Amino acid sequence: MGDHHHGPATGIGRWLFTTNHKDIGTMYLWFSFAMFILGGTFAMIIRAELFQPGMQLVEPGFFNQMTTLHGLVMVFGAIMPSFVGLANWLIPMMIGAPDMALPRMNNWSFWILPPGFLMLASTLFMEGGAPAFGWTFYAPLSTTYAAPSVTFFIFAIHILGVSSIMGSINIIATVMNMRAPGMTYMKMPLFVWTWLITAFLLVAVMPVLAGAVTMMLMDIHFGTSFFSAAGGGDPVLFQHIFWFFGHPEVYIIILPAFGVVSQIIPAFSRKPLFGYASMVYATASIAFLSFIVWAHHMYTVGMPVAGELFFMYATMLIAVPTGVKVFNWITTMWRGALSFETPMLFCIGFLILFTIGGFTGLMLSIAPADFQYHDTYFVVAHFHYVMVAGAVFSMTAAVYYWLPKWSGRMYNETMGKVHFWISFVGFNITFFPQHFVGLAGMPRRIPDYALQFADFNMMSSIGAFIYGASQILFLYNVLATIIAGEKVTDEKVWDGAEGLEWTIPTPAPYHTFEVPPKLDAAHA
Amino acid sequence: MVGGNVMRSALMALMALPAAAFGDNQVNMSPGVTTIGAEIYDLHMLIMIICVVIGIGVFGVMFYSIIYHRKSRGVVPSQFHESTKVEVAWTVVPFLILIGMAVPATSTLLEVYDNDDAELDILITGHQWKWKYEYLDESGENVSFFSNLATPQEAIYNTDQKGEHYLLEVDEPLVLPVDTKVRFLITANDVIHSWWVPEIAVKRDAIPGFINETWTKITEEGIYRGQCTELCGAYHGFMPVVVHAVSREEFNAWMGAKRADEAAQVAAAAMDLSLDELMSKGEAVYNAQCLACHGAQGEGGVGNAIAGSAIALGDIGTHLDVGIKGVAGTAMQAFGRQLNDVDMAAVITYQRNAFGNNTGDVIQPSDVASHKQG
Ligand code: HEC
Ligand code: HEM
Ligand SMILES: [Cu+2]
Ligand SMILES: [Cu+2]
Repeated sequence: MGDHHHGPATGIGRWLFTTNHKDIGTMYLWFSFAMFILGGTFAMIIRAELFQPGMQLVEPGFFNQMTTLHGLVMVFGAIMPSFVGLANWLIPMMIGAPDMALPRMNNWSFWILPPGFLMLASTLFMEGGAPAFGWTFYAPLSTTYAAPSVTFFIFAIHILGVSSIMGSINIIATVMNMRAPGMTYMKMPLFVWTWLITAFLLVAVMPVLAGAVTMMLMDIHFGTSFFSAAGGGDPVLFQHIFWFFGHPEVYIIILPAFGVVSQIIPAFSRKPLFGYASMVYATASIAFLSFIVWAHHMYTVGMPVAGELFFMYATMLIAVPTGVKVFNWITTMWRGALSFETPMLFCIGFLILFTIGGFTGLMLSIAPADFQYHDTYFVVAHFHYVMVAGAVFSMTAAVYYWLPKWSGRMYNETMGKVHFWISFVGFNITFFPQHFVGLAGMPRRIPDYALQFADFNMMSSIGAFIYGASQILFLYNVLATIIAGEKVTDEKVWDGAEGLEWTIPTPAPYHTFEVPPKLDAAHA
Repeated sequence: MVGGNVMRSALMALMALPAAAFGDNQVNMSPGVTTIGAEIYDLHMLIMIICVVIGIGVFGVMFYSIIYHRKSRGVVPSQFHESTKVEVAWTVVPFLILIGMAVPATSTLLEVYDNDDAELDILITGHQWKWKYEYLDESGENVSFFSNLATPQEAIYNTDQKGEHYLLEVDEPLVLPVDTKVRFLITANDVIHSWWVPEIAVKRDAIPGFINETWTKITEEGIYRGQCTELCGAYHGFMPVVVHAVSREEFNAWMGAKRADEAAQVAAAAMDLSLDELMSKGEAVYNAQCLACHGAQGEGGVGNAIAGSAIALGDIGTHLDVGIKGVAGTAMQAFGRQLNDVDMAAVITYQRNAFGNNTGDVIQPSDVASHKQG
């Protein structure tokens, strides 16, 4: 075969110039973990200040910078890139392709991310401080009343958007063109399906976000008044544009997580996924509905009642396909032969907690009730149940599940289980009481609070420190595995695992599927 | 045995934790003191109970599987993976449940939106970081005032005790008559705020340049507390709402006194005050209006330092200009219309004589008035 099967280049050049989907996937994953730690540090500062009533550690203005950066870094830096990393590693291996369709663009879409986040983080050291208007950056707080660093924030968002768009185009091109012969759409693993749909969502809404921040830029520097009533604009227009991006964005975050869970639960139930076709249709309907529900974030802005009703009904509808998914996962477990390795534990954690988040979502969708919930800690609890217990738990499950295939080494199972239990307990101590304080009337994004909220806030802070600390265990476990974990060589690391990625050698060689695999009838 | 003891006490502490935490903590929404509030509470409970019931069913099935269908029990996994009937069922049944929820939700929403036939109109304006209330009167004789956080900085910065209503207390509450349909017109002066009182179930955004409308009808006398719920800048956590609901008679008496008070203030503006009077009044105004940005010792913060400031030590006219007209494009607002002439005179005098700025200058209300004339 001659020189054909070359390995990776050596030195830093390997990483800078690589076009290999596995290298790029690895970089995305490490980058997102670094951002997870950074965003987590901001969260720890927030929870430390909220440990007790009164201002102790930081000033109110700085507190707002922390909540803003925490949200931005977690959404755009931790969760989104982590799933892009997973897509890079897995999609070619799952569809029997040698690499992504556009490998050079792949390199570029990763490498513009670090400068983007460097720019965002640098605002902390600028005069007037970092952005302090929340991750939703409502105008005019983010325009007329913002610190000068907002301009850097705008450019950072542009860069992240470009990166996401390039990443999604790549995924769409790969899935549409590079499937192995015989891999029809309805035979694709669910993870591939959910990412395909997510990529379309991204291509549709990232430009809208780019439009929103560009309009801000014009208002700030070029005298336009898109978002200022004084010049004939409207601050509420900003919210419509933001949430037209923002609501699909939350599904961009959760759909790949659905995909991950749909791969792992069948593996540890030793039983095929129940209702594959209905899972695909449910994902597609969620994606469609996600475009027509955005104003459920704006029930209190004073929309006409007809608008309120439309957005309420549409939002309630999302519960139907979401419910179908949950029922399918549980039916997949029904009469299987279950075992509870770490990835499965995180998936079960996901299933329980995401369902709770879905229930609170349904409660929030009821417009009149939302008048009481909106912008309180109840909403904070809701979206952490769906984003942390949904997206982050499933991402963690994915790392444990595929790490042996990637590295050829097995992680420490006991440590993995301990990580799960500490995370699960810590997460609930942190976020469950937030439902209570929210219902009792505590607004979100405040650095100090009335005395009746003190007990639950202290509990929440303690839980947050526990959850935060458990991530160190995770990092240690992953590093220890890569460096000195027990070697595995079975192609199928897990006895119940299905799919093309489990037919290649372990650890996955640098190049795979240079010759497309033959799909046997059993892979239908 | 020591280990066992530690385990046991740890376990007991863990179990006591939620109990202790629940103690007298509010864990649920309050039905409040309006019919709308009660309806919203019922809706909330209805949906929550439906969710809990579905949750018990779903998690019940899951835990049954987790316990009885484990590999370690030697079960053979069944391989079924499809059933159109089941899929249709769990699409249609939830849909019907949703319709059951949508019906009461729609009727409550329509009531919330029925702003007709109000007996009293109040214009609420959000400012960074205080609320302004203006009782609209057909004769044009509006009564208006600002409502500022009354919690002292010392309590916030932990050098003094925190009172029972820490952060939820104001210098002047909104007074409303009970059993009266009150219409709120809500807007803002700078950024978006949101006016919320959980107990009367009103939350509406205050948007600069636009006026939102909503209403309430309180059925019980009492004091109801809430907060701004839209992030509005550094001191967003420090702009509470306090509503004082009183009988109609009390309300009318209060309104009469308020009007008399305003008249007295107009009279006071014509009189001269001593330096001491101006200083003590000025300190109060400063602490309520300026301290958040200029600091307790005039050391600055969001705003410039007042201690040693060239403006506070320099020309009185320039200083008055900044106080009355603000500085365009910065957080320094025009206080000319927020403070009456007496308060303005007092706070400018205070800034020129406190924090080591011992200029000895005395500014009288009449000076402010004539400065405003130009
Ligand atoms: C929302 C924050 C805020 C509040 C509240 C505030 N100021 Fe200011 N103030 C500022 C800012 C910001 C500046 C600096 C403006 C500039 O860039 O020139 C300033 C500047 C000033 C100056 C000029 C100081 C100098 O040396 O440049 C004076 C005088 C002043 N304010 C008076 C007051 C008075 C009197 C009050 C209370 C009635 C008050 N301010 C309340 C933000 C505030
Ligand atoms: C059953 C499905 C869901 C429904 C019906 C639902 C409904 C809602 C509603 C109505 C709100 C607005 C609440 C308010 O601000 O008053 C909201 C907020 C939010 N939801 Fe969901 N949601 C669902 C699932 C999800 C998922 C899957 C995610 C993300 C993974 C998510 C993330 C968020 C976020 C981030 C916010 C808060 C945004 C902010 O204001 O900062 N939700 N949800
Ligand atoms: Cu949404
Ligand atoms: Cu606010």
